[in-house]
Amino acid sequence: MKPRHRKLAIIVSGVSALGIAAALVLNAFESNMVFFFSPSQVAANEAPRGKSFRIGGLVEEGSIKRQSDGVTVNFVVTDTAKVIPVVYTGILPDLFKEGKGVVAQGKLSADGVFRADEVLAKHDENYMPPEAAGALEQARIQKTVMTQ
Amino acid sequence: MIPELGNFALILALLLAITQGTLPIIGAARGIPSWIALARPVVQGQFVFLAIAFGCLAYSFVNNDFSVMNVARNSNSELPIQYRIAASWGSHEGSLLLWVFMLSAWSVAVSVFSRHLPDEMVARVLGVMGLVSVGFILFLLVTSNPFDRLLPAAFEGSDLNPLLQDPGMVIHPPMLYMGYVGFSVAFAFAIAALISGEMDAAWARWSRPWTTVAWVFLTIGIMLGSWWAYYELGWGGWWFWDPVENASFLPWLVGTALVHSLAVTEKRGSFKSWTVLLAICAFSLSLLGTFLVRSGVLTSVHAFATDPARGVFILAFLVIVIGSSLLLFAWRAPKVGLGGKFDLVSRESMLLANNLLLMVAAGSVLLGTLYPLIMDSLDLGKISVGPPYFEAVFVPLMTPAIFLMGLGPLARWKQASLPELMLRLRWAFGVSVVTALLMPFIMGEWKPLVSFGLLLAFWVIATIFVSIRQRLHNSGQGGLFTKLARQSRSYYSMHLAHFGIAVFIIGVTLVNGYETEKDVRMEIGSTVEMGGYTFRFNGASPVSGPNYQAMRGDIDVLHNGEKIRVMQPEKRTYNASGMAMTEPAIDTGFLRDLYVALGEPLEDGAWVVRVYHKPFVDWIWFGCLLMAFGGILAVTDRRYRLKVHTKHVETATVADDKRVASNPRLSTGGKKA
Repeated sequence: MKPRHRKLAIIVSGVSALGIAAALVLNAFESNMVFFFSPSQVAANEAPRGKSFRIGGLVEEGSIKRQSDGVTVNFVVTDTAKVIPVVYTGILPDLFKEGKGVVAQGKLSADGVFRADEVLAKHDENYMPPEAAGALEQARIQKTVMTQ
Repeated sequence: MIPELGNFALILALLLAITQGTLPIIGAARGIPSWIALARPVVQGQFVFLAIAFGCLAYSFVNNDFSVMNVARNSNSELPIQYRIAASWGSHEGSLLLWVFMLSAWSVAVSVFSRHLPDEMVARVLGVMGLVSVGFILFLLVTSNPFDRLLPAAFEGSDLNPLLQDPGMVIHPPMLYMGYVGFSVAFAFAIAALISGEMDAAWARWSRPWTTVAWVFLTIGIMLGSWWAYYELGWGGWWFWDPVENASFLPWLVGTALVHSLAVTEKRGSFKSWTVLLAICAFSLSLLGTFLVRSGVLTSVHAFATDPARGVFILAFLVIVIGSSLLLFAWRAPKVGLGGKFDLVSRESMLLANNLLLMVAAGSVLLGTLYPLIMDSLDLGKISVGPPYFEAVFVPLMTPAIFLMGLGPLARWKQASLPELMLRLRWAFGVSVVTALLMPFIMGEWKPLVSFGLLLAFWVIATIFVSIRQRLHNSGQGGLFTKLARQSRSYYSMHLAHFGIAVFIIGVTLVNGYETEKDVRMEIGSTVEMGGYTFRFNGASPVSGPNYQAMRGDIDVLHNGEKIRVMQPEKRTYNASGMAMTEPAIDTGFLRDLYVALGEPLEDGAWVVRVYHKPFVDWIWFGCLLMAFGGILAVTDRRYRLKVHTKHVETATVADDKRVASNPRLSTGGKKA
């Protein structure tokens, strides 16, 4: 091979390797993005079925119920306008409390119950997850619009 | 009085930093010896005043001066003394003060250990570090003064976040910051080289140990953070791809590329512009990391403070630093030159390939970390990118990198032969394949991914053996130990760090492949079986700590019917903040960890208990320690210690460079030679 050809070969292989890497990264990115929906959006059927997504809001007062196995917990997430029933099996974070902000990731089942495989409550007593705060704010605006 | 003294010292430090950032650089450009000579004393003066400022802050914390806002917000009179000291860098303001304090400590180190460097060079390097310091001290004084008073004084402080009340958290931030800030030295050297347009093998040899030391600190800092998350957050993971973790991992990836690229620049005179670019990137990502964690833009554990003024200031600072250094790079890099040529198959080309893979990996982490923030700030919807993305990207990118990691050290510089390499490594390859296929059976179950992970690890270990064997074979007469002693420390350091990677991979592979996690309801006297161990729950009883109340569980661990250990996990509630905290109990072993944590209390003294069996999990952190030791060994290499020897090497490398430059085969940048 002439040096010029060799150089060309290197450049071509380098560029195609970078191209493959970029395609790989973007493909993985595309398929692993998790979207966030507020309880109102879920109620309006905006959330996908059969795909994982996140919900957030407040844990409704008096809604936490533990099933007899001790590790499965039912609770309700509200944005003060709409609610979603959630079921989760496992240990909840330390700061998971009724009336406090929460974000959960999972899938919506056919019966309208959100099956969470991850529950996040943030590690500061007075800290509200921004997603949850956003959902509450959105619902408040909606209500004001409707009452006017 | 003491806080005002601290504030005053900080202002004086700012004035010195401004002097440091201007006069020596101008002096070096205009050739004014007295201005150049200013660099060292000013650096040392700045260090003294920052030490006073930091001491004043620590004093206020130790003495519970709740008339200082920062103390009132982040400490409490019940807080044990070691955490009161640690609280001085637990807050946003305090941690930034620690940042500039460390920057000045690194600057002093440069000013002391640079006697053999040309004075102009030292003046430029210290000048650049002074400019960085100006930015940070201004930021402290303008937006986040740690000495702000709270009037009237609070009667009691609102406590340090309980998560931070832990020995790991006392040393994790200083280590991490030493790493972040350490890259400022490499950055300053790179900028100095761009300004002067002089960049040779000697330049690489000066900046190499500094970069390695920074890399070692960063490695240990990340390791401590991962270990802390494992035992303190209470759910037993060791890495979450949380933006805060990514923020520290990004400079690590680029820093790793930089360490290797510097090696090429020192030994072969190649990769010059690339090295400079990496040094700029590594420090920029350190700044970005500080920005992400400290401005409150993230929605994660560390986002304690939210204040837009701070965010805007750091963002502006970031734009100025990164923008101006990249502009300087674009303008001056052609002067620096491309350096030596090398062949398609050579150690250089393999190192370049690994550099690119590390940079693509860093790019993908950056994308996954920043994209959700950008989407959110543009109101395009809230998304999150979790561990599945990073895992899907990382494994395919790191696989060829680790394969090349085994190949590279055996390949010749400049021109290597692929068939010859294959011949030399056929046994290493065979042995690693067979071991990787068989090992999973010992663990009890064959899994393809486990075999694959082990293959990478064993490949690295096998190639290290081959490399050392052949090296000894080629190093003349003498017994085994004479030959072993003849090899340089930097040679061993490379293999030690690579061996650390192998150990790390083994840990990750086996813990991912064979861990067992159970969240179970346990009544008093009930048992759970896992990994050959029996856990018996004897109930939980109240205990009180210095600043918290807790329920302490009592769990017997039985192995082959014999009680081997009592584990006492706690569920704590901190008095001052009322915050709940899970404190797991961990039985650490060479081959496995047993991990129990209390969940929630149920009726009749029963609890939900989390029981984990984690094989080889400690190998993950042990591997990181080996990498760090490798780095430490590298900087103790004799060529950094002996100045007489240094000169000799310098001339040799320059001669090398000329020989390489006269070979018109290939150029790094694809430019016609």
